[in-house]
Amino acid sequence: MALIASFITQGLQMLLVLALAPLLVGFTRKVKARLLRRRGPSIIQPYRDLLRLIRKEAVIAENASWLFRVSPYLIFAATWVAAALVPTFATNLQFSWTADLIVITALLGSARFMLALAGMDVGTSFGGIGSSREIMFASIAEPAMLLVVFTLALVAGSTQLSAIADFMVSHASLRVSLGLALAALIIVALAENSRIPVDNPATHLELTMVHEAMVLEYSGRHLAVIEFAAALKLLLYVSLIACLFAPWGIALTGNAVSAYVVGALSYVGKLAVGGLLLALFETSIAKMRVFRVPDFIGIALMLGLLGVLLLFVSGSF
Amino acid sequence: MTSLAIALASIAGLFATSILAVALSKLPSRNRVVYSAAALACIALLAVGLLRLGAANGEADAVMTLPIGLPWLGIHLRMDALSAFFLAVINLGGFGASIYGIGYGEHEESPGRVLPFFPAFLAGMNLVLLADDAFSFLVSWEFMSLASWAMVMAHHQEAETRRAGYVYLLMAGFGSLALLLTFGLLAGPTGHYAFITMRAGEHDTISAGLILILALIGAGSKAGLVPLHAWLPLAHPAAPSHVSALMSGVMTKVAVYGFIRIVFDLLGTPPWWASLLVLIVGSVTAVLGVLQALMERDLKRLLAYSTIENIGVIFIGLGLALAFQENAMPAAAALALTAALFHALNHSLFKSLLFFGSGAVLTATHERDLDRLGGLIHRMPVTAFLFLAGSMAISALPPLNGFVSEWLTFQAVLLSPNIPQWSLKVLVPAVGGVLALAAALAAACFVRAYGIVFLGRPRSAAAAKAVEVDRYSLAAMVMPALLCLLAGLFPGPIIDAIGPTVRSIIGAQMPVQSALPWYTIIPIAESRSSYNGLLVFLFITISTLIAVEVLHRFASRAVRRAPAWDCGYPDPSPLTQYSAASASQPIRRVFAGSLLHARETVEMPPPGSSEPARFRLALKDVIWETIYAPIPRVIAASALRLDRFQFLTIRQYLSLVFAALVILLLGLAIWP
Repeated sequence: MALIASFITQGLQMLLVLALAPLLVGFTRKVKARLLRRRGPSIIQPYRDLLRLIRKEAVIAENASWLFRVSPYLIFAATWVAAALVPTFATNLQFSWTADLIVITALLGSARFMLALAGMDVGTSFGGIGSSREIMFASIAEPAMLLVVFTLALVAGSTQLSAIADFMVSHASLRVSLGLALAALIIVALAENSRIPVDNPATHLELTMVHEAMVLEYSGRHLAVIEFAAALKLLLYVSLIACLFAPWGIALTGNAVSAYVVGALSYVGKLAVGGLLLALFETSIAKMRVFRVPDFIGIALMLGLLGVLLLFVSGSF
Repeated sequence: MTSLAIALASIAGLFATSILAVALSKLPSRNRVVYSAAALACIALLAVGLLRLGAANGEADAVMTLPIGLPWLGIHLRMDALSAFFLAVINLGGFGASIYGIGYGEHEESPGRVLPFFPAFLAGMNLVLLADDAFSFLVSWEFMSLASWAMVMAHHQEAETRRAGYVYLLMAGFGSLALLLTFGLLAGPTGHYAFITMRAGEHDTISAGLILILALIGAGSKAGLVPLHAWLPLAHPAAPSHVSALMSGVMTKVAVYGFIRIVFDLLGTPPWWASLLVLIVGSVTAVLGVLQALMERDLKRLLAYSTIENIGVIFIGLGLALAFQENAMPAAAALALTAALFHALNHSLFKSLLFFGSGAVLTATHERDLDRLGGLIHRMPVTAFLFLAGSMAISALPPLNGFVSEWLTFQAVLLSPNIPQWSLKVLVPAVGGVLALAAALAAACFVRAYGIVFLGRPRSAAAAKAVEVDRYSLAAMVMPALLCLLAGLFPGPIIDAIGPTVRSIIGAQMPVQSALPWYTIIPIAESRSSYNGLLVFLFITISTLIAVEVLHRFASRAVRRAPAWDCGYPDPSPLTQYSAASASQPIRRVFAGSLLHARETVEMPPPGSSEPARFRLALKDVIWETIYAPIPRVIAASALRLDRFQFLTIRQYLSLVFAALVILLLGLAIWP
């Protein structure tokens, strides 16, 4: 019985992230529009976009290979699995021991690897631009992310997300190293999700583009799957920050059913706050030149290293 | 006893195959005969290694003394768990290369320059692993170097190859000299050649430090540690591809074995700064190796540089193991050493695969230059798929095997705050960051390499006309690709198989993983950090299938082929694609400016002129310029100085002799 229940909660989480991801994107767009005194599209517009895209025929470049057609699904699957492994409304789900935070980071790395290859598949200059810049950003953002993971693991004694979240709920305390890790994680999240100031998700055909350049040749259902994966990734990072640094309300193992309801409600609330803050941040800052971005992500790297160093020197920071 | 006898018989068989290769020079099917025989011998040796690893922990080491070699001394041979592990790794790679050779060797222009040396090379590597005294170790080591040198020189008509062979010979000689001195110090003034007496010897801090440094130079120069790596990107690519795979994937592991044997086994207690030195050297090697791989235009040299990176990762693991060992943290040391050995196995698998792939590209197009390749995924679909598997494995992406060893190394880094030394406390977090940086750059490197060679549009006529390679080559590539996947999905049994080896060195081993459900691995029970490659793989597969199924049911299934969109301005020339230099441009600007002295200059034509603008890229190998290039200059200058001694009068010569005598006597008088 308990096994079935835990399978059901794991399944629920997988469906929940799928259902909420486009909503988070729509909400963020709406808030951004309101902040700019525009009315903005409806909050459920991303769902409509996805539906519209999957109804269209897919136009594929003449010399595209099988890799081009397979990648969107693999990217989506890797991102979905990663998102489903981050605790959202409850910790210690059935499969949470499958992968720790390092694996989740690496799964996103796998998705990026496929996306960068897909960008180079057709052999256009825009694809090459996007891929070469993406791998440059990633080569700084990934170590930064891993240093954040180290910080958290040294504080909580595990790289397992559920274990870290449990620790944060029970031993919550203000620490310098955690503050550094939070700042670094936010920078990494902005970079990984191609948000301002690293990349602009709202524009096309801008010479500084990265993510949009890689997916330029995609259309129809393939594009829908990639866009969905991007939305999932945004949701993943917001849930990650929420479960690590604001774990309040999350249901722990053995809690009653009501705790799960509270967990789900607080999770939706946290997502809303995350989207709101993201929109606020994005409207108050300008996009950076591409070669200033390494400095920006480099800050995350330095903060992460500083956090780990502090913890190595003394466990109480 | 019997297993060692079988191993020796197989090695003797390899030597016999070498002779056979010369004797049968007229036989048309000589190629097939020689490589098949080598493959059989490798299978036998692999089985011996695996059986020893699978045997119970308490099994005594097989020992044997042969009455050949130096008079009254003989050759001591011994197979313990460490040799057995490396026997397995090396002969797995050797088997793959032999199978590959059956197909690839047919294209060899002068097979007589490769065939006799190939089995001899394998035999030399196996003998190094079994040697139990310094004499046979060094002789086998030299034999291995010379046999591989002969194959590097197979295409001696090219000036570049001759230079590579020259540099390789010099560096191999230098490394052997360092090893000779290492063994001299280990044996001590009254010492004996045999390892068993060396193991019992005591060393003061100075000689222990010297032994460590000399072992690092001797083994490190063969493995490709920076700054002793200079020969590796020259020599490895110059050889035929299956030999490159052996040199890069396998021979570097023999070097790692040599280092472990000397420092962990024979030396006893290394000096306190040993871990510090190894960690620093490993980190520098990892980052510089991968950065140079990212800048490289030649596919095989790119792979050779990436070998340097992976050797750095292995030495980081070894350095962590040393650090834990000296602080009496056996569980952590066992984890770090397991990670290093696992990575050694992984690297031998995917590097063999990638070199086989580059050989296939070379056979199909006769090109190694990235800027003359492209679009091969259409012409060589199987090779392209297998090369992709190798690229993903080496980029440490889950669920393949490269990720597992990286993950284990990260877990070892996370155990190091308990180390009391301040120097290590400050260094280890940085090493963790460096490791992550190297992994991310490796992924970038292989996105670039794969994207340019296999994706896009062909950049030359040869690439446009390429055809898939023969089925022996493909079979040789399928095997390591499958093993990469299996080692990624089922890391537990492999960790358990490494267990006895680690126990024989550290005295502890990682907890048994096979008992855990679903092949999960949990390196340290208290931390609850776990990874399950099998489930990650299953989840990804299931999610992909769900996505495909849902879309095929509800989405439009129409597909139309059309010209590429490219923002409305597609250009038919393949030159408009990103090239090898442009794909690495962002990373070059960020990382290589200071580390590799990357300089870009754009020469604009004067206004009104219709000449094209020119872009020039200059990269400098800082290590070569600062360490290697001055050596011939210094030698020439000092030779000029010493030249004066050739034209002295007899009185001056006599006074020189007298002065030398006085100095020597003074030295003798002062000597305690």
